[in-house]
Amino acid sequence: MTNTNGYLSGSNLERVLKNGYFAVTAELGPPQSADRQVIIKKAALLKGYCDGVNLTDNQTAIVRMSSIAAGAILVQEGLEPIIQMVCRDRNRLAMQADLLGAYALGIRNLLCLTGDHQSFGNHPGAKNVFDIDSTQMVQMVSDMRDKRIFQCGEEMKGQEPRLFVGAAESPFAHPVAFRPYRLGKKVKAGASFIQTQIVFDIPAFKIFMEKVRELGIHKQTYLLPGVSPLKSPAMAKYMRDNVPGILIPDELIKRMEATGAPWAGKSKDELTPEDKKARSKAWQAEGIKICIETIQQLREVEGVAGVHIMAIEWEEAVKPIVEGAGLYPRPVVPAPEPVAA
Amino acid sequence: MIVAEQKTLEEIKTLVGSAKNVLVVGCGTCVTVCFAGGSREAAIVAAELRMASKLAGEAKAVSDVTVQRQCEWEYLDEIAEQVGKVDVVLSLGCGVGVQAIAEHFPNAWVVPGLNTKFLGIPTEQGVWAERCAACGDCILGLTGGICPIARCSKSLLNGPCGGSLDGHCEIDPDVPCGWQLIYDRLNSMGKLEMLMDIQPPKNWKTSRDGGPRKIVREDLRLGKEE
Repeated sequence: MTNTNGYLSGSNLERVLKNGYFAVTAELGPPQSADRQVIIKKAALLKGYCDGVNLTDNQTAIVRMSSIAAGAILVQEGLEPIIQMVCRDRNRLAMQADLLGAYALGIRNLLCLTGDHQSFGNHPGAKNVFDIDSTQMVQMVSDMRDKRIFQCGEEMKGQEPRLFVGAAESPFAHPVAFRPYRLGKKVKAGASFIQTQIVFDIPAFKIFMEKVRELGIHKQTYLLPGVSPLKSPAMAKYMRDNVPGILIPDELIKRMEATGAPWAGKSKDELTPEDKKARSKAWQAEGIKICIETIQQLREVEGVAGVHIMAIEWEEAVKPIVEGAGLYPRPVVPAPEPVAA
Repeated sequence: MIVAEQKTLEEIKTLVGSAKNVLVVGCGTCVTVCFAGGSREAAIVAAELRMASKLAGEAKAVSDVTVQRQCEWEYLDEIAEQVGKVDVVLSLGCGVGVQAIAEHFPNAWVVPGLNTKFLGIPTEQGVWAERCAACGDCILGLTGGICPIARCSKSLLNGPCGGSLDGHCEIDPDVPCGWQLIYDRLNSMGKLEMLMDIQPPKNWKTSRDGGPRKIVREDLRLGKEE
């Protein structure tokens, strides 16, 4: 059994959070190929700008390089992976086997997720699993670490996987009144950190956090609301209208639209490629600006322990966001000295 | 009830193939109620097959008969003679009915005319919806009489997931979110505290995952004491 000096896992993310720093995590989407270079290139954009990198697990039910394999590459590249695992693709045997392997490969953080339904992805005819749900996964992995047992109750012989276990919550998904309680269930199951669905609507998030604080959940877990830089007004509207649990205030959409005003009212043919490039650049700059402001406002909310930046297929945006939010450089918290048990 | 839907005539024609003598067997129970395989549908399918084969220049002899319950051998005894005379039996029963015929008449070639869909109820005229997944270990007592296994697209026991919006599931605006239904019902009954407990992983052994299922009731078996 590993002695981790009072830490559950001793991961960098856990050390940063436990020592009271405002944490920054970022997302990296593995490629739809076996190309290791994609991970290495994206990793280079994130290195030094976050305390942990989330690796999505067949995000939106589209086959991608496995989060554990991508996580192992990040370990080799000197970044700290937070592997995501969904309940859609694995039963409890496969989950536990893969998590033993993940730990053996140097992975120390896990985010337990339900997973998008396979009907969204590129294999809609697939059989889904959902043997256990995300709350049960949190409990299973916590028990593997703390009780050194498998889900079946059998004792583990040898090294247990000491993972820093997190879960997700979508504060604005329905029924909204139940969300803080469901979050509480995940924390009770053992979730040490929580990353949320993308937040744009600060007043709505504050209402959610009021209830979270009333229930005392913010003292039992580290809450990292999700943020994301908008790329265009169309993207903002798409997210608002199509992604459950994402609220985007009209004023933010208007801001994005106003940014494109110099090019507005022109048909596609009237815009030169240079025009389009300039407009896109202006939108992206405004999106990053909004994201920075969002982080600054979230930081003021009691009970918020960090942010999770989801710059989807736009990892380049993380650096200016982290710098702009005054969150660079990232803290260095030395790893605990191994202590003889 | 078991809810089923008729296969297309094209598929039925392919399944019947070159058989000259065809017996269409309807069932008087679930599939009658859901208008998929009762006596009326059996007569229609038989007529369609007759017409189609005539048009194709290879007229088949197609008759039809409907038994009260295709899933019980004693009702199948009634059609033994007819079954013995044909090249193919087209069952308009559910999957259980088709297999009961195959099992009861070892020399009969039987093909399905229906797709068995689910265990459900008619929610309005012409609409049926799934209600039970036959998991073998009923948890409706925990969820206000609404089944998360059958009615949540992900069969979550600690739902709802983040895909619940305006009462519907992320997979389709026409699919109600099972967990929103559970929440609303428990809320209206003043029993929301029931959702605060973490439900442990389900033992799927009682479901299909444990292999083909069987119930033996010793108290009901015949001839055990002799």
